[in-house]
Parts: sequence; C-alpha cells; structure tokens
Amino acid sequence: MKNFLKKIWKWIDDRSGFSESILPVITHPVPPRAKWSYVFGSATLFCFLLQVITGVALSLLYQPSSKEAYQSLQFITNQAKFGNVLRGIHYFGASAMIILVGLHMMRTYITASYKYPREMNWISGFFLLIFTIFMGFTGQLLRWDSNGVWSSVVAAQQLGRVPFVGEYLARLLLGGNTIGGQTLSRFYSYHVFIVPAFIFLFVAFHLYLVIRNGISEPPKAARMVDPKTYRSWYQNLLKREGVPFWPDAAWRDIIVSAFIIIAIIALAVFFGAPALTTPPDPSMVQTSPNPDWYMIPFFALFALMPHKIESIAMLLGPLLTIILLFSIPFISNKGERSPLKRPWAMFGVICVFVFVISLLVIGLQASWSPNFNTKPLPLTDIKSSNPDSTIIKGVHLFYAKGCQYCHTINHYGGKAGPNLTTVGNRLSIEELKVRIVNGGKNMPSFGGILSKEDLNNIVSFLHSQN
Amino acid sequence: MNNQLENEEISRRKFFMKLSLGLAGLSAAVAAIPVISAVLAPLLESKVEKWRTVGKLNDFQMNTTNLVTFINADPEPYAGMTAKSAAWLRRSSDTNFIAFAANCTHLGCPVRWEKDAHLFMCPCHGGVYYADGSVAAGPPPKPLTRYQVRVINDEVQIKTAPLPITNIGGSKSQPV
Ligand code: FES
Repeated sequence: MKNFLKKIWKWIDDRSGFSESILPVITHPVPPRAKWSYVFGSATLFCFLLQVITGVALSLLYQPSSKEAYQSLQFITNQAKFGNVLRGIHYFGASAMIILVGLHMMRTYITASYKYPREMNWISGFFLLIFTIFMGFTGQLLRWDSNGVWSSVVAAQQLGRVPFVGEYLARLLLGGNTIGGQTLSRFYSYHVFIVPAFIFLFVAFHLYLVIRNGISEPPKAARMVDPKTYRSWYQNLLKREGVPFWPDAAWRDIIVSAFIIIAIIALAVFFGAPALTTPPDPSMVQTSPNPDWYMIPFFALFALMPHKIESIAMLLGPLLTIILLFSIPFISNKGERSPLKRPWAMFGVICVFVFVISLLVIGLQASWSPNFNTKPLPLTDIKSSNPDSTIIKGVHLFYAKGCQYCHTINHYGGKAGPNLTTVGNRLSIEELKVRIVNGGKNMPSFGGILSKEDLNNIVSFLHSQN
Repeated sequence: MNNQLENEEISRRKFFMKLSLGLAGLSAAVAAIPVISAVLAPLLESKVEKWRTVGKLNDFQMNTTNLVTFINADPEPYAGMTAKSAAWLRRSSDTNFIAFAANCTHLGCPVRWEKDAHLFMCPCHGGVYYADGSVAAGPPPKPLTRYQVRVINDEVQIKTAPLPITNIGGSKSQPV
C-alpha cells in the first residue's frame, strides 16, 4: 500500500514538477536573523486569504441589489447559521488587513528595504496599499444600510472636487445622477471582481519579486547599499549564512498569522458584525452617517481643515501623498539602511504615525458634530427653582433652540462650541447678547431667530452660570 | 534562387506576424466597445427630469419647512427604496414655495430641519444653514441647493434633479 502511494506521488511529482520547481522556492535561502519584525507581510497575505474565503462565503448569502441587499444582510446577521460570525470575521479581517498593511509598510520604510534592488517591491506594495484601502471603503458600502448610502454620497462629493471631470467621476461612482438601482451593483463589482483581480495580480508580482530580489537582510549601521556590488554581496551572504525559508524563517510567519487569525475569529465571536443601521432609503434624513474606523482619519481631516483651503486640499492631499509614497525609492535608493543613521526618516515616520492616530482619536470623538442626542439639563443644578423665572425659561429655550447641540453646560450638550458651564464669569449680559445675536465664525447668528423675550431669558440663564 | 526563397519566407512570416497582431487588436477593440459602454453607463443615460407631486397645497402651512419625498426621474425597476429622494419644502407665501435638496453642500450628508431652532443642521461636520438655505456656520462652501417647485391644480410639484455635486471652489450653478 505504502509503495503504491509512493508510486502515485512519484507520478504526480514527475508530471507536475513539484520537487523540481516549487520546492526550491519554498526552501530558498534567506538571510539569517530576520526576526519578528519581518512577519507583517505574510500576516497580511494570510488575512487576505481569510478575506477571500469569507468573502466568497458571504457572496453565497448576499443579494447585490440596491433593493434587496439590506434584507439579505439582515438574513445573514439574524437567521443564517454563523452568519453574524461570518460577517464579523470579514469585518475584523478587513481591519486587520489595513493595520497590517500599514505596519508592513512602516517596517519596510524603517529598515529602508525599498532601496536597491527592491524598488519595485515597494512600488507594487504601494499599489496593494491603495487597493486595500479601496476594498475597505467599498466593503463598508456593501453593508448597504443608511450608512452605506450616505458614505457613497460623501465619496461622490469628494470625487466631485476633482477639476473638470469631478462631476463625471461622481456620477460614475454613484452609477447615475442619483443613488439608485445601479449604485450597489457597481460597488459590488468593484469589491468582488475588479479590485480583487488586481490584488491577486499584484500579490503574485510582489511575491515573485520577494523571491527574485530576496528578503532584505536586517540593516546594520554603516553597511551601505551600493547598487554596483549589492547583488553579488547579497548572494555571498546567502551562501555563507543563508538559512532555508521553510522551515527556519517561515515558522514565525505562520505562528503570527495563525495567532492573528484566531484573534480575528475571537473578536467576531465576541463582538459580532457591525450592527446594521436604518434601511438604505436616501429620503430618510434623520441619520448620522459614520464611516468605519479606518476611514475616520480622512473624515476628521475634512472637519478640521480651514474651510477655505478644503476643496484644494481634498484634491491635493491625496495626490501629494500618493506621489510622495510612490517616489520614495526614487528619492534615495542607496546608502545607509539602518534606522539609527537615518534620523530624519525616523522622525518622519513618527510624525505620520502620530498624525494619523490623533486624527483617528479626534475623529472618534467627532466633537464638531452637533450632539443631537443630548438630553435636557436637569434642573437640580440651576440657580433658580421658580419655574416662572427667566432663568428656568432660559434653560428650556437653551435646549429647544438647539444651543445645547453644540454647547455643554454641566456635562450636558455637544462639544462643537465652547463649554458654557461658567460663562457667567467670562461674559457680561451685554456681551452675551452680542454673541448670540451676531453669531460667530462657527455659530449661526440668532438675531433673526430668537424673539426679544427668548433672548433675554437665555441670556439670563447663561449669566447665572458662574 | 535560394536567397529569393528565403526572402519570400521572411516577408511571409512578417506578414503573418502583423496579421496576427492586427487581428488580435481588432478582436480586443471590438469586444471592448460594449464593455466600455457598461463601465460608462451612468454617463450615457439620458438626463430626464420630471415634475413629481409631493402634496396638496393645503398640506403645507405658511412659513413652515417640511420634509417631502419623491421618486427620482428615471428609476430602475429594481431600485426599490433607493429610488427615493428627499427635499425640505418651505412655504414662504400663499403660492410661493422653496425646495432645498436635503444634501449638505459640504460633503453631501443629509441636513435636518430643526423646527424650534429654525436652522438646518448637518450631522457630519457641523454645517448649519438658515431657513433660507444660506450658510450659518461650519464648512459648507455655499447655500443649500434648490429644486424647482410649482403649484398646479392645488398640487405642489418638485422637479427632480441630479444629486447636487459641489465643484472645486464651491461654485455650482443651481438648478433654479
Ligand atoms: S457634510 Fe455637512 S458639514 Fe460636512
């Protein structure tokens, strides 16, 4: 029996060329001491495979139609066996991919692995980064609830800022002049066919380049990359000290990837998929669109930017980022690789990292948005208990007229405007009136909205806040 | 003689090489036509606009702003609820109406009318508009876009329009 199986394997091996062409790839020598920091690329790859598999599974249950997608999502979430976990895995897998792509890119930059001869590795990786972000964005839209609808409108508006062709791009994205039947079909096609095809292509190319150019050796200060001698030096290094990729280096990749995938599944089991919001009805306006976390830094940027430069920045920002990332290996492709000897590069990485994380944190708080859910102020902390007093009337008006959406008093209210808990100490009655009547940069002028009496009541309330 | 044969052979080969490339190009080009037209379909569709009745004249009180919904000009039969659009309709005099698109001119989020505050507020980045649609605060670069409205036989009608897209510089001709 054993002999028979052996025979079969021999036949397969001979006709397929496994030992001849695939085995050497798996066991190709890699530089030693490439340790834990080298695992992010393979972890991204495994997450991608997880996404492909769970994505295919989801497509068995999902209806890619503007009309029915929402119902099918509800079916997946509430009825299909393990459907909620499946959605959850796909969601957390997407998040993991975005994080890992980012880490992989940062590691590559920190160790300057993009230098000669691996410029093309960087460039193909750069495209993969863009595809990954696009997948994250379109994937969020396929969760076709009111959030999906309004996110596509927001995206169309951003495309609309492109000079000359903006309007056409926006209509192309929406699949028509308005949201409609074609909108979701198109996003589905992007997310499921077109972009994945490109990702497969570029992943194949990226991996091929990893084999062709070899894994970069861990950098050492003062060991320069010289394009003239690097390749032969690298070959010698492999001959002298190289270890086979499988199993000597690959076990780390596999342990980390397996760990990450288990973590994703655990998150999916415990937290489930992101909840669906209201149905995808573009005429339902009582909704606050909120992008998934990985889109929030962009969102925050647009809220915080000075409004005057915004249209330009919306166009130039992404463009410049893309050009800069793309040209990194062309700006410097030789010389020092050690992060210790490239202080400015390290400084740059840290700045970008801090910038993105702070945008994320600020964006999650979204303090520029009116707080529509604020509850009326409890009257216990108010300096009057007479319901007919101007102060108490002012409290009610402060809520009814929407002041509280943006201003906090005693921990109640929004954060778009200044906190007014102790405004009575800062502003006199006259000053308060002027502010309210005239408004300001980010405050409407209420002169035409409030009656004289209302104004007096609100001011009397505010003045009592000291 | 031999030489001539060889030359003929070469030009023959050249001819077939060119023929194969030409034919391949042709087949690709022809196949591309319907594919490209599918890609560009949203731009090729005709831009119809239609008057849609959103209510009776008496449904709307003077100086109030109400949400009205209507079906877009030319919805696909499979569009379902996504064929709907909303507008904020303000009755400013006996026969005068103003209809605002519900989309914020900043990045398109749905603005809501706050009845007591007399303001339109956007949930996304803090854009605020006055009752007449002009910008009161926040990032919006221009007033709310308007739809055309008319009153015919006691029926209030709105003319459908494409989703307003703000261009660079914030200038965009209003459909009114
Ligand atoms: S979309 Fe309304 S303020 Fe940004």
